[in-house]
Amino acid sequence: MDWDPLLLSLEAALIATLVAGVVGVALGALLARPRMPGRHLLDALVAAPMVMPPTVLGYYVLVTVGRKSAIGGLYRDVVGSDLTFTFHAVVLAASIGALPMIAKAARTAFEGVDPTLPRAARTLGAGRVRAFFTVTLPLAAPGVIGGLMLGFARGLGDFGVTLMIAGDIPGETQSAPLAIYDHVQAKREHAAAVSSLVLTIGAVIILYAVNRLTRDRHREDEARWH
Amino acid sequence: MALTVDVIVERPGFRFAIATTFAPGITCVLGPSGAGKSTLLGAISGLLRPTRGTVALGDEVWVDTARGVHVAIEARHAAYLFQSLALFPHLSALHNVAYAVPRAVPRAERHARALALLFKLGVDHLADRRPRTYSGGEAQRVALARALAMTPRVMLLDEPFSALDRERKRPLIALVRALATELAIPTIAVTHSLGEARALADRVIRMDRGEVVADGAPADLLARAGHDDDLVIADG
Repeated sequence: MDWDPLLLSLEAALIATLVAGVVGVALGALLARPRMPGRHLLDALVAAPMVMPPTVLGYYVLVTVGRKSAIGGLYRDVVGSDLTFTFHAVVLAASIGALPMIAKAARTAFEGVDPTLPRAARTLGAGRVRAFFTVTLPLAAPGVIGGLMLGFARGLGDFGVTLMIAGDIPGETQSAPLAIYDHVQAKREHAAAVSSLVLTIGAVIILYAVNRLTRDRHREDEARWH
Repeated sequence: MALTVDVIVERPGFRFAIATTFAPGITCVLGPSGAGKSTLLGAISGLLRPTRGTVALGDEVWVDTARGVHVAIEARHAAYLFQSLALFPHLSALHNVAYAVPRAVPRAERHARALALLFKLGVDHLADRRPRTYSGGEAQRVALARALAMTPRVMLLDEPFSALDRERKRPLIALVRALATELAIPTIAVTHSLGEARALADRVIRMDRGEVVADGAPADLLARAGHDDDLVIADG
């Protein structure tokens, strides 16, 4: 049993969760502002990767960061090699998968915070940034952490976009889902079953933890108001 | 130092206008829902931007729409006691109160000041407990301690006692009166309740549909209000 694809997926999903976490939480905070202009359009754009066919999404990403694109050229100038078909492309694919999950969960979590509380913080002498980090974010934390966990799980399981922009190079870009596909193609049924089982157990553990996290939050809310 | 407010707030279907000066002491703003009471507190605290006008504490201009002046909320030191009290549910009473002590003060000193204020208001036993475990009266006292911790220059009280029954209300009204006397700053309390206004106020302003309809000493206005059919105020 080759564990490299699983380790590569874990590493890529972890980095992707950090990257998409920063962007997604910021987007969630923006989208939770009821008077932000263009909020619904931005929300639709952020959520679009969740409903688009992975090949279509992968195609757009390939066009955007490929060797002939401006971003791809900039990356080559800075790093010295192409972005596509590298480990960084695996991370990018996982980040694109994770971002909508994190942003959506963060938006819901921020919308659940009583808006009077950050306003109270402002009247008590806190600037916008301090009010956000000391009041809004801690109160939204269970939902945000739940979103990060879902984003990690989504990043771990990405297939389509990874294949389109990172390929399936064993030891370099072959993630666990791609390795499972290869196992099935090559009729390595045992390896396919074990890898699938590991990913399934990981997904169930993450979903269970997310449920616990959000359920405990609901219990706290009930205790507060009843 | 007196607070001068001369503002107009226009929103679809609503117009609010007031031009008055709040001297140190307690002014109660009475009126039914939609009278503009909370709009007044919003304009003073900075949570709401007036359409036109000025707000100034002494010589210090907080708002001047003609000159584009709008001093940040956090720079005004206007303590705002929200109707919901807005205690931070993830923080203990000590940390709620310490939150309002300026950051320039060292952490140990912030906590010492917070504890002293909790003691002063008789709720130091709640120092390590979070708000969901407080009674209504205890929550009010912690919120008042937090408001005092910021060394306020103006106090704004939005329906401060609406969640309390008559027995719990009485000592808190006495406490607010004592604090207002001690601080000697403009204190504006909005309320529906004639009883609260009678017990609290040095001056009463009656508002209706965004306009001041009466302004004067509590005894005069409250005597007249008793005969006023269009004033929907509960005596609490």
